[in-house]
Amino acid sequence: MRILASLKIAGRALLRNKMRSLLTMLGIIIGVGAVIGSVSLTSGATKQVEDQVSSMGSSVITVFSGNFTSGAMCGGWGSAPTLTVGDAEAIAGLKDVVAVSPEVRDRAQVLANGLNWNTQVMGESPEYPHIRNWGVSRGAMFSDQDIRSLAKTAVVGQTVVDELFPNENPIGQTIRIRNLPFLVVGVLAPKGFNLFGQDQDDAIVVPYSSHMHRITTRTFLNDILVEASSDKTIANVQDEITQLLLVRHHSKEQDFTVRSQLELMQAVTATSRAMGFLLAGVAAVSLVVGGIGIMNIMLVSVTERTREIGIRMAVGARAADILVQFLIEAVTLSAIGGAIGIAGGVGFSQIVAYFKDMPTVTPFFWIAIAFVSSAIIGIISGFYPAWKASKLDPIDALHYE
Amino acid sequence: MQTNPVIKLAEIHKVYHTGEVDVHAVRGISLDIFPGEFVAIMGSSGSGKSTLMNMIGALDRPSGGSYLLDGIDVSTLDRDALAEVRNEKIGFVFQGFNLLSRTSALENVEMPMLYNRHRILSHEQRERAMQSLDLVGLGRRADHHPNQLSGGQQQRVAIARALVNKPSLLLADEPTGNLDSQTSIEIMGVFQKLNDQGITIVMVTHELDVARFTKRMVILRDGKIVTDEMVKNRSIAENELQRLRQEQQAVKLAS
Repeated sequence: MRILASLKIAGRALLRNKMRSLLTMLGIIIGVGAVIGSVSLTSGATKQVEDQVSSMGSSVITVFSGNFTSGAMCGGWGSAPTLTVGDAEAIAGLKDVVAVSPEVRDRAQVLANGLNWNTQVMGESPEYPHIRNWGVSRGAMFSDQDIRSLAKTAVVGQTVVDELFPNENPIGQTIRIRNLPFLVVGVLAPKGFNLFGQDQDDAIVVPYSSHMHRITTRTFLNDILVEASSDKTIANVQDEITQLLLVRHHSKEQDFTVRSQLELMQAVTATSRAMGFLLAGVAAVSLVVGGIGIMNIMLVSVTERTREIGIRMAVGARAADILVQFLIEAVTLSAIGGAIGIAGGVGFSQIVAYFKDMPTVTPFFWIAIAFVSSAIIGIISGFYPAWKASKLDPIDALHYE
Repeated sequence: MQTNPVIKLAEIHKVYHTGEVDVHAVRGISLDIFPGEFVAIMGSSGSGKSTLMNMIGALDRPSGGSYLLDGIDVSTLDRDALAEVRNEKIGFVFQGFNLLSRTSALENVEMPMLYNRHRILSHEQRERAMQSLDLVGLGRRADHHPNQLSGGQQQRVAIARALVNKPSLLLADEPTGNLDSQTSIEIMGVFQKLNDQGITIVMVTHELDVARFTKRMVILRDGKIVTDEMVKNRSIAENELQRLRQEQQAVKLAS
């Protein structure tokens, strides 16, 4: 028998009991809708995190001084001052290294314009905006010349501008960091909060040499930011940095730590994958519940239509024809339920996205999964009733009242 | 007769094993029915006529004996092969019409073609269904649903459905059982007209009045044939209708 004719028969049978069909589908609708809705919301959140990670530069490697796990004492980042400007310069000479910025950080009270503000003062190289994927919105970054001359120049973040220069152009103004006058040469583009909830715009960037010799008197770096030429060379560059620094530090124990943004990203995607498995479990349970509902109604339908089955058999329908007819009916029921559930889930996540200002993403992969699995549920739950129908004796079925 | 029989029953037995007692419903029936015949199988309830009907209709297999339908030995076929025989060789007409409700007359008539072994294009299905409906005089009601049709019209749709696959045999089970006497005569008229065109008809009935419209009467009792004879003074539907009208006219005049 033709599929098209079967579909027509199935459609007519389902339309005959609209309310019943709808209620039967409801199990699948709710199950699929809940899955699609929550997948959309969590994928949106995951994507937000991923975007933030990659906004820090996906091919960036950070070399921290100290080792997270060396020896019995776990020091932590920057616990041992081991990295020097010489190390940074040596790393810059490595193959596949595009840019390097030695980093020193300190908090300091900053005065300007009769106002004051406590903020993070970072010593960096001129490559810093490039490495961090962070534009300079007004003015310009300080230069290599400024590094060599220990220049008192600064590039400020938007939050600092808002606090110290509420109504003025900060370019060309002077700010005092620990009473030293620095000339503002540029403003960094607003970047917002990072993954850990810190305001990234609440910062001032000065030449690392000026930071180390004028603001503080440090000889060691907090860390070194390194940009590799691409995602693919990261692992290689990480190894080379490790080898290089082991030689330079003349130590067998590794007194530094090399981390890449890629590793952070992998941790995030691992989390989202775990979330995905959890959702798949919830989906499986709700689809099984929906499938039981379909099986129940299909059994009722087979009993109700015993005479119809008898008529069809009398005019020549084979067992397989009857089986296919009822299977198609069950699959139609579950597939329509799945489609409505998908639409509902997407709609729900859009509404949440609109009112809660959360980004949502509905991956096509999950839509396909939801649709295919609801169709499969239809086949599984429809099979027993359909098989029962196909095994009816035509004479008994014809005389069924 | 010179041609091969449509139905050739030889020593057919049917035993039902229900509960502790075996019911011997048909006890050795041999019967040949040739193309163009119009046979009534009669008998009281329990005579085995329904059982015989089910076996002739390939809905059931005999327990013993052989049954050749159009040269095919039906007694040895499996379920699917029987379904195919029903589809290609037999057209059923039932007492309760057995039409699919909420399905138009045309679609009811098209239904057997859905199960044809050879795919029939949908426009051809439509054409054949329309031809079949025209044959029973219902061409103009093709889009009506069964609940919009009278009993006689519903039975005509059922006859059209039975004819649509051009079967070797039209099998009718108490086709007039649910109809009033005038409609019964009309339906018998349809059968007579079809028989005149060469269609072989076997009809089960317990009404002698109805059986008189056929050409040959086979009477069963206790699972055996007791009488097998040609119908004398055969009723002709047209004449009977005319007489009925005259009687009605007479009643009107008298009142």
